[in-house]
Amino acid sequence: MELGVPDIVKWFDFANKKIQHHKDYLSALDRPIGDGDHGINMARGCKEAINKIMTKNYAEPSEVIKDVAMALLAKVGGASGPLYGTAFLKMSMAVKGYEVLSLSTLANGMEAALAGLKQRGKSDIGEKTLIDVWSPMGDYISTGEISSDGLIELARDALETSKDTMATKGRAAYFKEKSIGHIDPGSASSFYIFEALAEVIKEKE
Amino acid sequence: MNFVGIVLVSHSSKVVEGLLDIIRQVIHDVPIAIAGGTDENEIGTNVEKIMSAITTANSGKGVLVLYDLGSAKMNAEVAVEMLDSIQIKIVDAPLVEGAYVAAVESNMRKTLDEVYEAVMKEF
Repeated sequence: MELGVPDIVKWFDFANKKIQHHKDYLSALDRPIGDGDHGINMARGCKEAINKIMTKNYAEPSEVIKDVAMALLAKVGGASGPLYGTAFLKMSMAVKGYEVLSLSTLANGMEAALAGLKQRGKSDIGEKTLIDVWSPMGDYISTGEISSDGLIELARDALETSKDTMATKGRAAYFKEKSIGHIDPGSASSFYIFEALAEVIKEKE
Repeated sequence: MNFVGIVLVSHSSKVVEGLLDIIRQVIHDVPIAIAGGTDENEIGTNVEKIMSAITTANSGKGVLVLYDLGSAKMNAEVAVEMLDSIQIKIVDAPLVEGAYVAAVESNMRKTLDEVYEAVMKEF
Protein backbone atom coordinates (compact mmCIF):
# COMPACT_ATOMS: atom_id res chain seq x y z
CA MET A 1 0.00 0.00 0.00
CA GLU A 2 1.24 3.44 -0.91
CA LEU A 3 -0.30 6.86 -0.40
CA GLY A 4 0.37 9.59 -2.94
CA VAL A 5 -0.58 13.27 -3.00
CA PRO A 6 -4.20 12.60 -4.14
CA ASP A 7 -4.65 10.07 -1.32
CA ILE A 8 -3.35 12.43 1.33
CA VAL A 9 -5.56 15.24 -0.02
CA LYS A 10 -8.48 12.81 0.10
CA TRP A 11 -7.57 11.88 3.69
CA PHE A 12 -7.94 15.47 4.83
CA ASP A 13 -10.99 16.00 2.63
CA PHE A 14 -12.75 13.03 4.29
CA ALA A 15 -11.55 14.11 7.74
CA ASN A 16 -12.83 17.65 7.18
CA LYS A 17 -16.26 16.36 6.09
CA LYS A 18 -16.50 14.25 9.24
CA ILE A 19 -15.45 17.12 11.49
CA GLN A 20 -17.96 19.49 9.84
CA HIS A 21 -20.68 16.85 10.13
CA HIS A 22 -19.95 16.15 13.80
CA LYS A 23 -19.13 19.75 14.74
CA ASP A 24 -21.98 20.12 17.25
CA TYR A 25 -21.32 16.70 18.73
CA LEU A 26 -17.63 17.56 19.31
CA SER A 27 -18.58 20.82 21.01
CA ALA A 28 -21.17 18.99 23.11
CA LEU A 29 -18.47 16.55 24.26
CA ASP A 30 -16.31 19.52 25.23
CA ARG A 31 -19.03 21.21 27.28
CA PRO A 32 -19.07 19.08 30.46
CA ILE A 33 -15.27 18.84 30.81
CA GLY A 34 -13.93 21.77 28.81
CA ASP A 35 -14.90 25.07 27.28
CA GLY A 36 -17.38 23.75 24.74
CA ASP A 37 -15.75 24.99 21.58
CA HIS A 38 -13.85 21.98 20.22
CA GLY A 39 -16.23 21.34 17.33
CA ILE A 40 -16.38 24.98 16.27
CA ASN A 41 -12.60 25.35 16.54
CA MET A 42 -11.84 22.18 14.60
CA ALA A 43 -14.44 22.95 11.95
CA ARG A 44 -12.93 26.41 11.40
CA GLY A 45 -9.38 25.07 11.19
CA CYS A 46 -10.22 22.14 8.93
CA LYS A 47 -12.21 24.36 6.57
CA GLU A 48 -9.21 26.64 6.23
CA ALA A 49 -6.92 23.66 5.65
CA ILE A 50 -9.16 22.22 2.94
CA ASN A 51 -9.55 25.56 1.19
CA LYS A 52 -5.77 25.76 1.07
CA ILE A 53 -4.95 22.25 -0.18
CA MET A 54 -7.79 21.97 -2.69
CA THR A 55 -6.53 24.90 -4.70
CA LYS A 56 -2.85 24.00 -4.87
CA ASN A 57 -0.69 21.52 -6.75
CA TYR A 58 1.71 19.47 -4.72
CA ALA A 59 4.85 17.53 -5.62
CA GLU A 60 4.76 15.33 -2.54
CA PRO A 61 2.53 14.44 0.43
CA SER A 62 4.73 16.23 2.97
CA GLU A 63 3.78 19.59 1.43
CA VAL A 64 0.07 18.83 1.76
CA ILE A 65 0.53 17.80 5.39
CA LYS A 66 2.56 20.93 6.11
CA ASP A 67 -0.14 23.22 4.70
CA VAL A 68 -2.73 21.45 6.83
CA ALA A 69 -0.52 21.91 9.89
CA MET A 70 -0.06 25.63 9.26
CA ALA A 71 -3.79 26.18 8.70
CA LEU A 72 -4.65 24.39 11.94
CA LEU A 73 -2.01 26.38 13.83
CA ALA A 74 -3.39 29.64 12.49
CA LYS A 75 -7.10 28.99 12.69
CA VAL A 76 -7.92 26.67 15.58
CA GLY A 77 -8.21 28.84 18.67
CA GLY A 78 -8.09 26.19 21.38
CA ALA A 79 -5.42 23.77 22.53
CA SER A 80 -6.14 21.55 19.55
CA GLY A 81 -4.54 24.13 17.24
CA PRO A 82 -0.99 23.84 18.55
CA LEU A 83 -1.43 20.13 19.24
CA TYR A 84 -2.74 19.05 15.83
CA GLY A 85 -0.58 21.70 14.18
CA THR A 86 2.56 20.34 15.81
CA ALA A 87 1.59 16.72 15.10
CA PHE A 88 1.10 17.32 11.38
CA LEU A 89 4.12 19.61 11.14
CA LYS A 90 6.37 16.92 12.63
CA MET A 91 4.73 14.33 10.40
CA SER A 92 5.39 16.41 7.31
CA MET A 93 9.05 16.82 8.29
CA ALA A 94 9.43 13.08 8.85
CA VAL A 95 8.02 12.15 5.42
CA LYS A 96 9.71 14.95 3.49
CA GLY A 97 11.33 13.87 0.22
CA TYR A 98 8.96 10.97 -0.55
CA GLU A 99 6.67 11.25 -3.54
CA VAL A 100 4.55 8.42 -2.19
CA LEU A 101 4.28 7.21 1.38
CA SER A 102 4.82 3.53 2.02
CA LEU A 103 3.40 2.05 5.20
CA SER A 104 6.79 2.28 6.88
CA THR A 105 7.21 5.94 5.86
CA LEU A 106 3.75 6.66 7.22
CA ALA A 107 4.73 4.85 10.42
CA ASN A 108 7.77 7.14 10.72
CA GLY A 109 5.47 10.11 10.20
CA MET A 110 3.13 8.85 12.91
CA GLU A 111 6.02 8.34 15.30
CA ALA A 112 7.23 11.90 14.75
CA ALA A 113 3.69 13.26 15.13
CA LEU A 114 3.22 11.39 18.39
CA ALA A 115 6.54 12.66 19.74
CA GLY A 116 5.42 16.18 18.80
CA LEU A 117 2.10 15.74 20.62
CA LYS A 118 3.83 14.49 23.75
CA GLN A 119 6.35 17.31 23.70
CA ARG A 120 3.82 20.06 23.00
CA GLY A 121 1.25 18.81 25.49
CA LYS A 122 3.84 17.64 28.04
CA SER A 123 1.68 14.57 28.14
CA ASP A 124 1.69 10.83 27.58
CA ILE A 125 -0.77 8.02 26.96
CA GLY A 126 -3.45 7.49 29.62
CA GLU A 127 -4.08 11.15 30.43
CA LYS A 128 -7.35 11.37 28.49
CA THR A 129 -5.99 13.33 25.55
CA LEU A 130 -5.78 12.73 21.82
CA ILE A 131 -2.53 10.83 22.47
CA ASP A 132 -4.73 7.94 23.65
CA VAL A 133 -5.88 7.54 20.04
CA TRP A 134 -2.70 8.57 18.19
CA SER A 135 -0.48 6.21 20.16
CA PRO A 136 -2.27 2.91 19.33
CA MET A 137 -2.76 4.12 15.74
CA GLY A 138 0.99 4.66 15.43
CA ASP A 139 1.74 1.25 16.95
CA TYR A 140 -0.69 -0.46 14.57
CA ILE A 141 0.62 1.24 11.44
CA SER A 142 4.19 0.40 12.44
CA THR A 143 3.35 -3.34 12.46
CA GLY A 144 3.55 -3.07 8.66
CA GLU A 145 0.39 -5.06 8.09
CA ILE A 146 -2.82 -3.12 8.44
CA SER A 147 -6.39 -3.20 7.21
CA SER A 148 -8.93 -0.42 7.07
CA ASP A 149 -11.30 -2.40 9.32
CA GLY A 150 -8.52 -3.03 11.80
CA LEU A 151 -7.67 0.65 11.88
CA ILE A 152 -11.26 1.74 12.57
CA GLU A 153 -11.81 -0.96 15.17
CA LEU A 154 -8.65 -0.05 17.05
CA ALA A 155 -9.45 3.67 16.90
CA ARG A 156 -12.93 3.00 18.31
CA ASP A 157 -11.49 0.84 21.12
CA ALA A 158 -8.99 3.58 21.99
CA LEU A 159 -11.78 6.15 22.13
CA GLU A 160 -13.85 3.92 24.43
CA THR A 161 -10.88 3.25 26.72
CA SER A 162 -10.13 6.93 27.11
CA LYS A 163 -13.74 7.49 28.19
CA ASP A 164 -13.06 5.57 31.39
CA THR A 165 -9.80 7.29 32.27
CA MET A 166 -9.44 10.36 34.46
CA ALA A 167 -8.09 13.48 32.80
CA THR A 168 -4.75 14.66 34.15
CA LYS A 169 -3.89 17.04 31.29
CA GLY A 170 -5.71 19.86 29.59
CA ARG A 171 -8.78 21.81 30.63
CA ALA A 172 -10.57 18.56 31.62
CA ALA A 173 -7.96 17.94 34.34
CA TYR A 174 -9.62 20.66 36.43
CA PHE A 175 -12.60 18.29 36.72
CA LYS A 176 -10.45 15.47 38.15
CA GLU A 177 -12.52 12.28 38.78
CA LYS A 178 -15.64 13.97 37.36
CA SER A 179 -13.97 13.65 33.94
CA ILE A 180 -14.36 9.86 34.10
CA GLY A 181 -17.18 8.58 31.90
CA HIS A 182 -16.95 11.48 29.45
CA ILE A 183 -15.49 10.99 25.99
CA ASP A 184 -12.45 13.21 25.46
CA PRO A 185 -13.29 15.63 22.61
CA GLY A 186 -9.73 15.58 21.23
CA SER A 187 -9.78 11.80 21.12
CA ALA A 188 -13.11 11.98 19.31
CA SER A 189 -11.85 14.36 16.62
CA SER A 190 -8.75 12.17 16.28
CA PHE A 191 -11.04 9.18 15.81
CA TYR A 192 -12.66 10.93 12.82
CA ILE A 193 -9.23 11.72 11.38
CA PHE A 194 -8.18 8.06 11.51
CA GLU A 195 -11.58 6.86 10.35
CA ALA A 196 -10.99 9.09 7.32
CA LEU A 197 -7.54 7.56 6.81
CA ALA A 198 -9.07 4.08 7.01
CA GLU A 199 -11.59 5.01 4.31
CA VAL A 200 -8.78 6.16 2.01
CA ILE A 201 -6.94 2.89 2.65
CA LYS A 202 -10.14 0.88 2.08
CA GLU A 203 -10.40 2.23 -1.46
CA LYS A 204 -6.98 0.73 -2.13
CA GLU A 205 -7.68 -2.70 -0.64
CA MET B 1 18.85 52.27 25.52
CA ASN B 2 16.81 49.15 24.99
CA PHE B 3 14.55 47.31 27.36
CA VAL B 4 13.58 43.66 27.52
CA GLY B 5 10.24 43.43 25.74
CA ILE B 6 7.20 41.83 27.32
CA VAL B 7 4.40 39.94 25.58
CA LEU B 8 1.11 39.22 27.31
CA VAL B 9 -0.86 36.28 25.92
CA SER B 10 -4.42 35.60 26.97
CA HIS B 11 -7.49 33.79 25.71
CA SER B 12 -9.27 37.12 25.92
CA SER B 13 -8.11 40.42 24.45
CA LYS B 14 -9.95 42.24 27.27
CA VAL B 15 -7.76 40.53 29.88
CA VAL B 16 -4.51 41.72 28.34
CA GLU B 17 -5.86 45.14 27.37
CA GLY B 18 -6.83 45.71 30.99
CA LEU B 19 -3.56 44.32 32.25
CA LEU B 20 -1.65 46.63 29.95
CA ASP B 21 -3.63 49.59 31.37
CA ILE B 22 -2.63 48.57 34.90
CA ILE B 23 1.06 48.33 34.00
CA ARG B 24 1.10 51.51 31.91
CA GLN B 25 -0.09 53.49 34.90
CA VAL B 26 3.40 52.95 36.30
CA ILE B 27 5.74 51.73 33.56
CA HIS B 28 5.91 53.81 30.38
CA ASP B 29 9.06 52.98 28.47
CA VAL B 30 9.18 49.17 28.43
CA PRO B 31 7.85 47.81 25.14
CA ILE B 32 4.84 45.65 25.94
CA ALA B 33 2.75 43.96 23.26
CA ILE B 34 -0.43 41.98 23.74
CA ALA B 35 -1.82 38.92 21.97
CA GLY B 36 -5.33 38.30 23.22
CA GLY B 37 -8.00 36.14 21.60
CA THR B 38 -8.04 34.42 18.25
CA ASP B 39 -7.50 36.07 14.87
CA GLU B 40 -11.25 36.77 14.86
CA ASN B 41 -11.06 38.14 18.41
CA GLU B 42 -12.94 35.23 19.85
CA ILE B 43 -11.87 33.44 23.02
CA GLY B 44 -8.66 31.53 22.33
CA THR B 45 -5.09 32.19 21.31
CA ASN B 46 -3.40 32.52 17.96
CA VAL B 47 0.17 31.71 16.93
CA GLU B 48 0.44 34.49 14.35
CA LYS B 49 -0.82 37.08 16.82
CA ILE B 50 1.73 35.93 19.37
CA MET B 51 4.53 36.00 16.78
CA SER B 52 3.63 39.51 15.73
CA ALA B 53 3.46 40.68 19.37
CA ILE B 54 6.91 39.21 20.04
CA THR B 55 8.34 40.97 17.00
CA THR B 56 6.74 44.25 18.09
CA ALA B 57 8.01 44.01 21.66
CA ASN B 58 11.55 43.11 20.69
CA SER B 59 13.96 46.03 20.67
CA GLY B 60 17.03 43.82 20.51
CA LYS B 61 17.26 42.82 24.13
CA GLY B 62 14.93 39.84 23.95
CA VAL B 63 11.34 39.23 24.94
CA LEU B 64 9.66 37.65 27.94
CA VAL B 65 6.30 35.98 27.27
CA LEU B 66 3.60 35.54 29.91
CA TYR B 67 0.38 33.60 29.34
CA ASP B 68 -2.87 32.71 31.08
CA LEU B 69 -4.02 29.11 30.45
CA GLY B 70 -2.54 25.89 29.02
CA SER B 71 -3.18 26.28 25.31
CA ALA B 72 -1.86 29.85 25.40
CA LYS B 73 1.46 28.40 26.48
CA MET B 74 1.40 25.81 23.71
CA ASN B 75 0.76 28.46 21.09
CA ALA B 76 3.48 30.62 22.63
CA GLU B 77 5.91 27.70 22.35
CA VAL B 78 5.06 27.24 18.69
CA ALA B 79 5.60 30.96 18.11
CA VAL B 80 8.98 30.82 19.86
CA GLU B 81 10.08 27.87 17.71
CA MET B 82 9.17 29.78 14.58
CA LEU B 83 10.99 32.96 15.60
CA ASP B 84 14.45 31.55 16.21
CA SER B 85 16.19 34.83 15.41
CA ILE B 86 14.80 36.56 18.54
CA GLN B 87 15.86 35.74 22.07
CA ILE B 88 12.63 34.73 23.83
CA LYS B 89 11.71 33.17 27.15
CA ILE B 90 8.30 31.96 28.28
CA VAL B 91 7.79 32.27 32.01
CA ASP B 92 5.42 30.17 34.13
CA ALA B 93 3.91 32.71 36.49
CA PRO B 94 0.51 34.21 37.28
CA LEU B 95 -0.21 36.49 34.34
CA VAL B 96 -1.21 39.69 36.15
CA GLU B 97 1.30 39.69 38.98
CA GLY B 98 4.04 38.17 36.83
CA ALA B 99 3.63 40.78 34.11
CA TYR B 100 3.81 43.56 36.67
CA VAL B 101 7.03 42.20 38.18
CA ALA B 102 8.51 41.68 34.71
CA ALA B 103 7.69 45.24 33.64
CA VAL B 104 9.25 46.73 36.77
CA GLU B 105 12.39 44.61 36.36
CA SER B 106 12.72 45.39 32.67
CA ASN B 107 12.31 49.07 33.47
CA MET B 108 15.42 48.75 35.64
CA ARG B 109 17.28 47.82 32.46
CA LYS B 110 17.84 44.24 33.48
CA THR B 111 18.73 41.55 30.95
CA LEU B 112 16.24 38.93 29.74
CA ASP B 113 17.72 36.28 32.03
CA GLU B 114 17.59 38.64 35.00
CA VAL B 115 13.97 39.61 34.35
CA TYR B 116 13.08 35.94 33.92
CA GLU B 117 14.82 34.98 37.17
CA ALA B 118 13.17 37.82 39.07
CA VAL B 119 9.71 36.69 37.99
CA MET B 120 10.51 33.05 38.76
CA LYS B 121 11.79 33.97 42.21
CA GLU B 122 8.68 35.97 43.02
CA PHE B 123 6.26 33.09 42.36
